[in-house]
Amino acid sequence: MIQMKDVYKKYPNGIVAANGITVDIKQGEFVYVVGPSGAGKSTFIKMMYREEKPTSGDIIINGINLAKIKSKKVPLLRRQIGVVFQDFKLLPRMNVYENVAFALEVIEESPKVIRKRVMEVLDLVGLKHKARMFPTELSGGEQQRISIARSIVNRPKLVIADEPTGNLDPDTSWEIMNIFKEINSRGTTIIMATHNKEIVNTLKHRVIAVEGGMIARDEAEGDYGYEI
Amino acid sequence: MKFRTFGRHVKESFRSIARNGWMTFASVSAVTVTLLLVGVFVVIMMNLNKLADDLENDVEMKVFVELTAEDQQITELEQQIADTLGVKEVVYSTKEDELVKLAQDFGNDLQLFEQDNPLHDVFYVKAATPTETAAVATRIERLDQVSRVEFGKGKIERLFAVLDVSRNVGLVLILGLLFTAMFLISNTIRITIVARRRDIEIMKLVGATNWFIRIPFVFEGMWLGIMGALLPMTLVTTAYYAIYNELQPRLAQSELITLLPPMPFLLQVNGLILVMGIMIGIWGSFMSVRKFLKV
Repeated sequence: MIQMKDVYKKYPNGIVAANGITVDIKQGEFVYVVGPSGAGKSTFIKMMYREEKPTSGDIIINGINLAKIKSKKVPLLRRQIGVVFQDFKLLPRMNVYENVAFALEVIEESPKVIRKRVMEVLDLVGLKHKARMFPTELSGGEQQRISIARSIVNRPKLVIADEPTGNLDPDTSWEIMNIFKEINSRGTTIIMATHNKEIVNTLKHRVIAVEGGMIARDEAEGDYGYEI
Repeated sequence: MKFRTFGRHVKESFRSIARNGWMTFASVSAVTVTLLLVGVFVVIMMNLNKLADDLENDVEMKVFVELTAEDQQITELEQQIADTLGVKEVVYSTKEDELVKLAQDFGNDLQLFEQDNPLHDVFYVKAATPTETAAVATRIERLDQVSRVEFGKGKIERLFAVLDVSRNVGLVLILGLLFTAMFLISNTIRITIVARRRDIEIMKLVGATNWFIRIPFVFEGMWLGIMGALLPMTLVTTAYYAIYNELQPRLAQSELITLLPPMPFLLQVNGLILVMGIMIGIWGSFMSVRKFLKV
């Protein structure tokens, strides 16, 4: 479902963050993206939801070439991809329910469907009872669960997570991982950038290691492979 | 866009106003101050203009006809005056008419004179351009059968000088006001931008189109503008009625200067304040969102 071919990315300040990346990810896979800080991991992830545009090469997701897509079409692409961030990126002036509902409002879903689906995903992440609370009233783990709920509420085939456990303690991190596991078991592709050695080494999945803007390692059931 | 989305945007704009608290207060205050200045200023300027018009239109020459003039000659003179360069209007008033006017001002004792009226027949003449009254008067004075021409010489020239100055002052005030308004509003927008840039960024990441993000902001700006207009509208209306009721009876005695009657005038001013409020609000929102839509 994702094909990257000879992707090259050079930032205006001269830094080359992707230096010829070619990779193929299939529907339903769970992929860890690991690597030292500043090695191009974030750029690799960001190019998949078109936060960054490759300088050259092709990135094809569900048949759409992100390198050629027009800015106007970007919102349409984002609706097919759920994105989870390290800092949650919840809207502070909206409550939990509204934050999740927002992803359905942008696709102009009917209020009835919105209510049903939002409650479903809040149930999945175990925060149905906090629907009326505001993000600032929740713990980090709870905020991340809301962020995950928002990313899957419109039923995307692909969820991209950029260090989703980066700000969380080990126990909370495992709660988050269990939710991702559950989502993955329903057939959703998950791509997760992470620094969490314990998780990568315990919950075994494909590991792609990015170093110096290139793929250094790509193993089916790999290890984290770095000493922290 | 589906209709229910439109409803969602309106609802969202109200929600945002309620939840933004101090930000809403800051924006509304800025609009209020600006519009209050605009309102007060417009009221003063319009009345000043009215005053100027009143005075200008009131500049009249009184042309005294020779006592010996025959009816035939008077008719000819009227024609000649009307043909004089720069004359807008000629009104003939016989000495009998003049006596009636005098009697109105000084009482009926003057009826004694009805038998032997000592007054002149008179033409009331208005110049097409009030400031040229003096020149026109000189031309008329040269005509036959004219005894003399009277008008408030030096006074009128001074009056026009004063009016010119007051209009220039008005222009300076307009510029000052515009500057203040721009400063206040752009400052408020800057505060709002900082608070909103993250929101906009997040909305885009979740897949919202530019218009989906923009429309609630535009509505919000509109409500802020309307809210900001309410206080100035009330204040200007109340104050103007108070001033009008206080001053008008006194001014009416002079018969020369009058204030604009409140009714159609205040509607116009309030309409202007409201429309400006809405425009400022929408413009402000548009500007603050525009910068951050290119994520």
